[in-house]
Amino acid sequence: MSASPIATTRTAAGMPTGRLAVWWVIASEIVIFGGLLGSYIMFRLSHDAFGEHAAHTNMWIGAVNTLVLLTSSLFAVLGHKAADAGDGRKAAKFLYLTAAGGLLFASIKFGYEWPAEIHHGFTISSNTFWSFYYTAAGIHAAHVIGGVIIMLIIAPRAKRNLDLHRVELIGLYWHFVDVVWIFLFPLLYIAK
Amino acid sequence: MATAPVSHPDSHGHGHHQPGFVAKYLWSTDHKMIAMQYLFTGIAMGVLGGFFAYAFRMQLAFPGIAVPGFGIVGPNEYNRLITNHGAIMIFWVAMPVLIAAFGNYLIPLMIGCDDMVFPKINRLSYQIFLLSALVLIASFFVPGGAFGGAWTMYPPLSAKPEYNLTPLGSTLFVVAVALEFVAFLMGGINFVTTTMNSRAPGMRMYDIPIVVWMIVVASILFMASVGPLIAGAIMLLFDQNIGTAFFNPDKGGDPILWQHLFWFFGHPEVYVVLLPAVGIVAEIITVMSRKKLFAYRTVLYTTFGTGVLSFMVWAHHQFIAGIDPRMANIFTITTLLISIPIAEMMFVYIATLYGGSITLNTPMLWALSFIATFLIGGVTGIFLGASGADIYLHDTYFVLAHFHYTFFPIAIIGTFAGLTFWFPKMFGRMMNDTLGKIHFWGTIIPFNCIFIPLFVLGAAGENRRVYDFTNQPGLARPELRHLDQFATVALLIMLSFQLVFFYNLITSLLRGPKAEKNPWKSNTLEWTADSPPPHGNWPVLPTVYRGPYEYSTPGRDRDYWPQNEPK
Amino acid sequence: MSLHDHAHVEPGYEEHTHHGNYVRIWAILVVLLMVSVAGPFFGHPVVTLVTAFGIAFVKAYLVAKNFMHVNVAPRYVAYLVGTMLMFMLLFFAGAAPDVMKSAGSNWVKPAWVAAHEEAVAHPAAAAHGAGAHHE
Repeated sequence: MSASPIATTRTAAGMPTGRLAVWWVIASEIVIFGGLLGSYIMFRLSHDAFGEHAAHTNMWIGAVNTLVLLTSSLFAVLGHKAADAGDGRKAAKFLYLTAAGGLLFASIKFGYEWPAEIHHGFTISSNTFWSFYYTAAGIHAAHVIGGVIIMLIIAPRAKRNLDLHRVELIGLYWHFVDVVWIFLFPLLYIAK
Repeated sequence: MATAPVSHPDSHGHGHHQPGFVAKYLWSTDHKMIAMQYLFTGIAMGVLGGFFAYAFRMQLAFPGIAVPGFGIVGPNEYNRLITNHGAIMIFWVAMPVLIAAFGNYLIPLMIGCDDMVFPKINRLSYQIFLLSALVLIASFFVPGGAFGGAWTMYPPLSAKPEYNLTPLGSTLFVVAVALEFVAFLMGGINFVTTTMNSRAPGMRMYDIPIVVWMIVVASILFMASVGPLIAGAIMLLFDQNIGTAFFNPDKGGDPILWQHLFWFFGHPEVYVVLLPAVGIVAEIITVMSRKKLFAYRTVLYTTFGTGVLSFMVWAHHQFIAGIDPRMANIFTITTLLISIPIAEMMFVYIATLYGGSITLNTPMLWALSFIATFLIGGVTGIFLGASGADIYLHDTYFVLAHFHYTFFPIAIIGTFAGLTFWFPKMFGRMMNDTLGKIHFWGTIIPFNCIFIPLFVLGAAGENRRVYDFTNQPGLARPELRHLDQFATVALLIMLSFQLVFFYNLITSLLRGPKAEKNPWKSNTLEWTADSPPPHGNWPVLPTVYRGPYEYSTPGRDRDYWPQNEPK
Repeated sequence: MSLHDHAHVEPGYEEHTHHGNYVRIWAILVVLLMVSVAGPFFGHPVVTLVTAFGIAFVKAYLVAKNFMHVNVAPRYVAYLVGTMLMFMLLFFAGAAPDVMKSAGSNWVKPAWVAAHEEAVAHPAAAAHGAGAHHE
């Protein structure tokens, strides 16, 4: 059963169904991260000590990771532009670059940043700041990895000019993941 | 703008070869089959949840006596039974049946398309849902047993194994709930996207049947409210298993945060399950009274308003938890306000019935009883919504009776109404109406006999969620013990009458008279497909020319005017 | 081989995503990032707040507008996202009066009170002690 139903092709709402669905996914993810970060902010504003705990996060790594994600977002949207032009090879190339950015982000975080922090004794159960830190960054990182996996599924097909519309869709998701990090960075790293 | 309806493309050529059993029943992406999977899983879980209710009510009425078919209900068993009864009925019965089963079945058929827009994601959502049910059931068999800290999972009881005594069970419980949320997020996106985009040509916003609107709005409410609780569930899982202290006040956490995260979802959730039931009732009463829905746009806008308002009332569940009294003021006002749109919808339904040519068959009886019983539920909610009265009534049987007078109409009456109404379309046969009526009366009368005594018990002050009152004699009302027994006997009677339903279901499935396409002479599109509809629903997808409630239109020979008929 | 194997535009449905200069937007984002990193070094809490969070909102807006094309999407997309954000504010407003307090009507969070007193008494030591060791 490879054919999509006719239902998938209709566009009464003025947008292709795939893109509409991704926006609904983004909407539901906003409230997931919103609930978590809202809780973090409540704790942050009422615990004087949080500021001192947060001093131990590495702002430079955070900034590098922010740069990595911003750049990968650039690649994602360039991939969208290529896909719209029908250039599957170029779109796939950009998707692979975006995925590489995601993997770099994850390697920096899991391969260097977190081991260093754990080595210094800052584990997830050290205190509530670090609990929030690892939980929020961890859930975000899980979304990064999920996005990379999906990109690696879409890219080979895009290269053969198949399902090019999906390049934009995963890009949309990726930009959302980037926006979440845009807020995580100051919340966890800058405000001290 | 939609595409023109086309003859069913040959890419659905698999119709030429019969799929095997597995492909057809277990691995299908057809929305109707997925709906059936959700329906029967939900009904099976309902039997389980009902069995739990039987066991703990027997303990309450006849304390210390072994319950036939279960055994002795000790304090831990009691807590497990009430916890899982609540969770099962809400997450594994009401939601799958009302939203996933009816939503999956009805939406493509009622908006005139051939399936949901993402059939594979639809199938995946059921599989994740099934997994969540299995995880919950597994929690009964792990060392320590199932979680017994109430469906609301308040920490520190739910977070600390030394308190709840069920380290594995409590983790599995949270995991099961989280998986169920993921399943419904996936399903919900399908429902909303399909309804927004894939309507038949000519079906404008105001031509969409109310039940479809209701399920879509319910899905949106779910998607918008469940996020904080998903975050909270992850935080609770970490508290339970890796030593974090998000909710542990000894180590810098806050248990009230959990309550807010939970109820921010928990309150919209009741509207998530309410709206589909309200929609089902709308469809039935218009058909069975041959009358236009009294005020379609009012109902629609009221629903939107209710949805928005439902996000602003949640802390009425926390009035006595020690929340800021100024917030309690605000939440009292919003809670009392939200009764207005719901009451107005009930009035619209009554106005719809007024002057209609009413057929009192089984679906109509269920629909009418929904209005009557839900009104009682709603009115008793007013007492609880006022924070002053709630200080006394909270955690008593009054609350329990209130929410059963809302949940029972939603989950049980709504299900039977929808099932008896759409049975001919779903299975191609007619149910026996006499048996249906016997089942109806045998359910409704005992239902009231169970819960009205509980209102009395609660108003007198007896607390809920207490196994026995030896240690807290002040919370009991021993002089009202006969009410407990009366309620339990009524439950036994009600459960026995469900056998009538199952007998009717099975014999109708096997030997019921064949159903025509449109036995109820309804306007909506699903009744133009075969009974049951084939894969792809129609050989030619319909076009729509008018709204769904053109009944008894003056100047026409017939008293109904199907949406797809040009003239 | 489905009907939908390549990027396509359905009959009767038109859309033009104006692909602007994405590299320019990226450059602006990077500059903003550098400003937000520099902010704390000015020493002023207010400056830090503005550079850290104010810039975060600006960056998010730029990504939403230019990369996610929210401005050419149908209006309901912006309303949807805005509504979700409003709900988060609502959640914060409803929960913060309880969660941000260390004592309320008939309850107290002893650990919060103790942590507060310790932070007041020994500002730096409290953080290092609590951070480096299991509490």
